[in-house]
Amino acid sequence: MDNLKNLTKKPLFLPIFCMILVLLINLIKSPTFFSVSVNNGVLYGRLIDIINRGSEIAILAVGQTLVVAVSAGTDISVGSVMSLSACSCCMLLAGYGNNSVSTLVVPMAVGMLFGVLMGGVCGAFNGALVAKLKIQPMVATLILFTAARAIGLLLCNNQITYIRYEKYKYLGNFIPGCPIPTPVFVAIIVIIIIAILLRKTALGLYIQSVGINGRAARISGINSDVICFICYLICGICAGIAGIVASSRIYSADSNNIGLNFELDAILAVALGGNSLGGGKFNLAGSIIGAYTIQAITTTLLAMGVSTDKAPVFKAIIVIIIVVVQAPAFKSYMAARKAQRAQVKEAA
Amino acid sequence: MDENLLITMRDISKSFPGVKALSHAQFTLRKGEIHALMGENGAGKSTLIKVLTGVYSLDAGEIHVAGFDGPVVNHSTLEAQEKGIATVYQEVNLCPNLSVAENLFIGREPKTKIGTINWRKMNKRAKEIMDGLQINIDVTMALENYSLAIQQMIAIARAVDMDCKVLILDEPTSSLDDNEVEKLFKVMKDLKNKGVGIIFVTHFLEQVYAVCDTITVLRNGEFTGEYSVEEMPRVKLVAAMLGKDFDDLASIKKEGTGEKSDEVVVDAKGLSHKGKIKPFDFEIRKGEVVGVTGLLGSGRSEMVRCIYGADRAQTGGLKVKGKDINIKEPLDAIKAGMGYLPDDRKADGCIGDLSVRENIILALQARNGIFKKIPISKQNELADKFIDMLQIKTASRETPINQLSGGNQQKVILARWLCTHPDFLILDEPTRGIDIGTKTEFQKLALKFAEEDGMSIVFISSEIEEMLRTCTRMYVMRDGAQVGEISSEMTQESVMAAIAGGGE
Repeated sequence: MDNLKNLTKKPLFLPIFCMILVLLINLIKSPTFFSVSVNNGVLYGRLIDIINRGSEIAILAVGQTLVVAVSAGTDISVGSVMSLSACSCCMLLAGYGNNSVSTLVVPMAVGMLFGVLMGGVCGAFNGALVAKLKIQPMVATLILFTAARAIGLLLCNNQITYIRYEKYKYLGNFIPGCPIPTPVFVAIIVIIIIAILLRKTALGLYIQSVGINGRAARISGINSDVICFICYLICGICAGIAGIVASSRIYSADSNNIGLNFELDAILAVALGGNSLGGGKFNLAGSIIGAYTIQAITTTLLAMGVSTDKAPVFKAIIVIIIVVVQAPAFKSYMAARKAQRAQVKEAA
Repeated sequence: MDENLLITMRDISKSFPGVKALSHAQFTLRKGEIHALMGENGAGKSTLIKVLTGVYSLDAGEIHVAGFDGPVVNHSTLEAQEKGIATVYQEVNLCPNLSVAENLFIGREPKTKIGTINWRKMNKRAKEIMDGLQINIDVTMALENYSLAIQQMIAIARAVDMDCKVLILDEPTSSLDDNEVEKLFKVMKDLKNKGVGIIFVTHFLEQVYAVCDTITVLRNGEFTGEYSVEEMPRVKLVAAMLGKDFDDLASIKKEGTGEKSDEVVVDAKGLSHKGKIKPFDFEIRKGEVVGVTGLLGSGRSEMVRCIYGADRAQTGGLKVKGKDINIKEPLDAIKAGMGYLPDDRKADGCIGDLSVRENIILALQARNGIFKKIPISKQNELADKFIDMLQIKTASRETPINQLSGGNQQKVILARWLCTHPDFLILDEPTRGIDIGTKTEFQKLALKFAEEDGMSIVFISSEIEEMLRTCTRMYVMRDGAQVGEISSEMTQESVMAAIAGGGE
């Protein structure tokens, strides 16, 4: 019993528990859920689907985790920034005004880097507002939440820009000869880079210090504003990368749909990962597991035949339950009830 | 239960991970009694109070409250308040952005007939309450406009106004000046005459003897004894707290004051920060301990914050070891060999959720830069070294700093600066709110660093005696300006006269 109690206190207990729960439900519901087969030389199956489709959320969750930790606020612009980054990339590749091309105007890598760069610029903009001008994160990022998607639409001349160039599809789908979907690699690379950054430098310590007590951190010689700025910058770059991946999946820039509502999934991933949205200490691994859990929930619902437009309702219910169970207020309420019951028993 | 008893706590035990905070502690409070709860840092005073007020649940033991049958368990401070137990904590727990009146009536605002807040009545009542304490302030202004001392009085006024039977004051005086303390004592005595029982936690022995009837002493979480003030001379009380004969404060004496090093470490000319501190000069030599004295809010802290760059100097120039430097950020000061232990431990010192280890290495890491992460083995070594050297009481080096008692937190922050081997260390109220044993330790340490390591130290304290023991000269501050310097014939009287600035 004591062992179990200790287990539940481990920081990664909740995210892993949620993940297993979702997978378990799937297993009972449809035993074929876990079957993985090889079709046309690539892996195929629901599990692969989750890992594949969850890549963008995972990438976003990495950046979002840092933002939440450092500023006790969320970057709600990431979904729109994804769209802007996809549009900038496709605009550059196709040339302004063209809505469907099969040859590229500039090399593919240049276009993609430009897209990621645009994400970085958006992140820097958010970072400057929050770190330097001390605007509340929610309000500061609300600007790009509304504006970025519109700017993307302008860049693409109000239309969906298709890049009908075979290699452009690689990043969001499969590289010939490799059975594993490419987005998985992208997510892994992003996660590894950030993890190394946190492990090999003092960035993690700085972020947590600033998030917990910015004033004290500054007195101790940490430039709180710069650290806050860096986190938003990283978050923007992550959104940029996610945007390029999402664009490559559909080999086009669909300004209105790319990254739609992804900011919510990213924030939820952070919360599900057991991170406090009040900032301070954070756990990157938790957020990443949270991201894949959310994708698992989505995929499960779709697999159960819930239509795409109704899925968010069920998703919301599941998320509410998970978040409520995790809330400190709920925990202490349960503890108080337990104590009260014990008292009543004693009295009787 | 005896008619006169308000609270009886028996065999109270409480453990935290790795620490036994209370073990079979006892406490009794009677009607119309001011009861001092004393003990060193980590003796369990705060824990005992938090158990009583429902902040912590207790592991074992019983609490009886007058008017309630059987053992009482409070699950929250609200439940405790409903039973008539009100608390004013050491750190003010009010809302700085709300008005004074709102803070006084928060959660119990007077209502109009249609259920909205009756602002006029609320402000009027608030004014009456504050007038009753002889504090003349605008109750509609936001709380943050007032000094910590006034905020503390407001917190007390709030507790008192709620018709409490038991009032707990957890180190209320550590941020008050003498005048304010007098006012507080008057309020306490009035309440006592009304039959309210007061639990008074303090580190100031004088105050205990000035106002208390009874003393309960805790040591290492255990009950040492309950004494009446008359039968308990100071020496015996201190001995009871420390569990040994008290290492006499008088043994701290500065030595070798005659020979001064010629090396000027820090030389500031005309530094100022608009609205906080008027232009001042400052000079300190190698191995010197210099004091800065003045009343609360006189510009003591502002002066050193300006040197350190916590508030960037807007005029003047600064030389460190003869070289001109421009300090824009605290980091620049750290790189120039400075360290600053801030007076507001909670807001400017501790990084609450981080471990003792992380708190210790923070400034060193900041100086090294983000890309030169201190290897974890080195971090552990440093943390262990200072935990051992400063005798920091903590379950382990990985314990979050906010689980430590005030004095131990202060030691961790001191360790943070010692890590960086500063040439110039500013100690701003290092002894505030910590027990007498640790206070002595801090004074000894300051002298030791100056003497053995040649560190130049600025020592700021509200207690003039402390500075007399440690400093060779003092800068005198008044109303945000430097008004003089005392270097000879430093006595309690001469310093106080300088602070007061007679005849102006």
